[in-house]
Amino acid sequence: MIHFDNVTKVYANQNRPALDHVSVDVDKGEFVFLVGPSGSGKSTFLRLVLKEERPNSGTIHVAGKDLSRLSNFKVPHLRRRIGCVFQDFRLLPKKNVYENVAFALEVIGKPRRFIRKVVPEVIELVGLEGKAHRMPEELSGGEQQRVAMARAFVNRPMILLADEPTGNIDPATSIGIMKVLDRINRTGTTVLMATHDAAIVDSMRKRVVELEDGKIVRDQSRGVYGQAY
Amino acid sequence: MRANFIFSEVWIGLRRNLTMTIAVVVTVAVGMALLGIGLMINSQVSKMTNYWTDKVELSVFLCQKDSAFESCKGKPPLTTAQKTQLQQTIEGLPEVAKVEYEDQKAAYEKFRRQPNNKVFLTVIQAGDLPDSFRVKLKDPDKSQAVANSLSGQTGIANIVNQREILDTQFGFLGKLQWMALGVAIIMVIAATLLIANTVRLSAYNRRRETGIMRLVGASNLYIQLPFVMEGVIAGLIGGVCAAVLLIITKILIFDGIQAYMAVPLGWDTLAGVITFTMVVGVVICILASFVTLRRYLRV
Repeated sequence: MIHFDNVTKVYANQNRPALDHVSVDVDKGEFVFLVGPSGSGKSTFLRLVLKEERPNSGTIHVAGKDLSRLSNFKVPHLRRRIGCVFQDFRLLPKKNVYENVAFALEVIGKPRRFIRKVVPEVIELVGLEGKAHRMPEELSGGEQQRVAMARAFVNRPMILLADEPTGNIDPATSIGIMKVLDRINRTGTTVLMATHDAAIVDSMRKRVVELEDGKIVRDQSRGVYGQAY
Repeated sequence: MRANFIFSEVWIGLRRNLTMTIAVVVTVAVGMALLGIGLMINSQVSKMTNYWTDKVELSVFLCQKDSAFESCKGKPPLTTAQKTQLQQTIEGLPEVAKVEYEDQKAAYEKFRRQPNNKVFLTVIQAGDLPDSFRVKLKDPDKSQAVANSLSGQTGIANIVNQREILDTQFGFLGKLQWMALGVAIIMVIAATLLIANTVRLSAYNRRRETGIMRLVGASNLYIQLPFVMEGVIAGLIGGVCAAVLLIITKILIFDGIQAYMAVPLGWDTLAGVITFTMVVGVVICILASFVTLRRYLRV
């Protein structure tokens, strides 16, 4: 599903590479944690998957497509197959829960009837039934993140990228978020989650890829956050 | 669905940036009106040129008794035989189409009949106006050459080339036209920059929305179209204002000076000018928006 082959990324005006000869394979339906300290290259990894950045060398395949051969024109179609969740939720403050989720479908031109059918289903999947008409400011952080996950998943992507989704959320609420991610993963969606949260990684017992200074230092199935903890 | 979504986005954008939108509308209106006026003067001038150059003639005035002209000093006026001979000489020139003799009496009649000359009639008598040949040319552009070749002839007091009089008038109109076009170009540049700025502000205001749109895989067209439409709508409103200004200009100014222009500027010309300025306005808006968006909404 995601295939990195010897990928190096150096940002302009920087000597040290953000990713240094990284090779990794993520299969369809896997749940992978991407761990490591700040600046270790986790976010760069996610940005490369979305083709928001281009690698300096190496090849990246996502959903069977070689990203270096994918024209800019087709990048939006790649992104329709990838859902994204961030630490800061990125909801539209002037739209309610339903509208925020529907927005993702409206802007890719889905018919209204389809949107009316699918959006309530997803809102229910993330556990926000009955809150469809709340505004984001009326929701707790955990609930806002559920809205973001509903929006990321509403188009049934093949891959879900989560960049520190529990970063702004207290541990008790984080468990709920992880349950939703797990539920999404069980539908066959590949989930790639960058995180700092050792407790969550340890409790989930999923594959862990650890980055340090742009290099993969550990790739372990059913791993924990780190030996030191 | 799609159209609905885009138009609601456009409406939000225009309302949030109301001051900038008004600035764009006004600049486009003034710029396009000036461009239109330049074009109207242009078509008026070319119509007049066609009309008048057909009527251009050389007036060859002959020496009178005691004529003050240098070329007549100390020479008696031409006899009738000499006049006939001179007429034949002029007719013999290859560029000349027709020569008419106008004697003092006919000249005075003509002079008297022109309403503008009423004041002069108290001092001017029939004998004061010279005899003349009215020379029609085959090609009005050759008038200067004919005038030159005749100027040395005995008995000719002076030659008036009507073409020169026309040229001064057309020259003035030409300057007006260039001035209007010059200001129009400056306004068009200003409009382009303003539109670019408006679109940029608009893109900045909605960076959250566009960020999410990019993320969920909205196509570039879908992301950019609302912004481009904003520019186009502002440009169109400006174009309509410009059209109104041009119609007022035609009625108040061009129709007002019709008496001096001899050829009217028709509504068909105005319609053409308005269409052209509208198209220019909208194209500028589209280009300015797209160029700006390429910088601010990159994939």
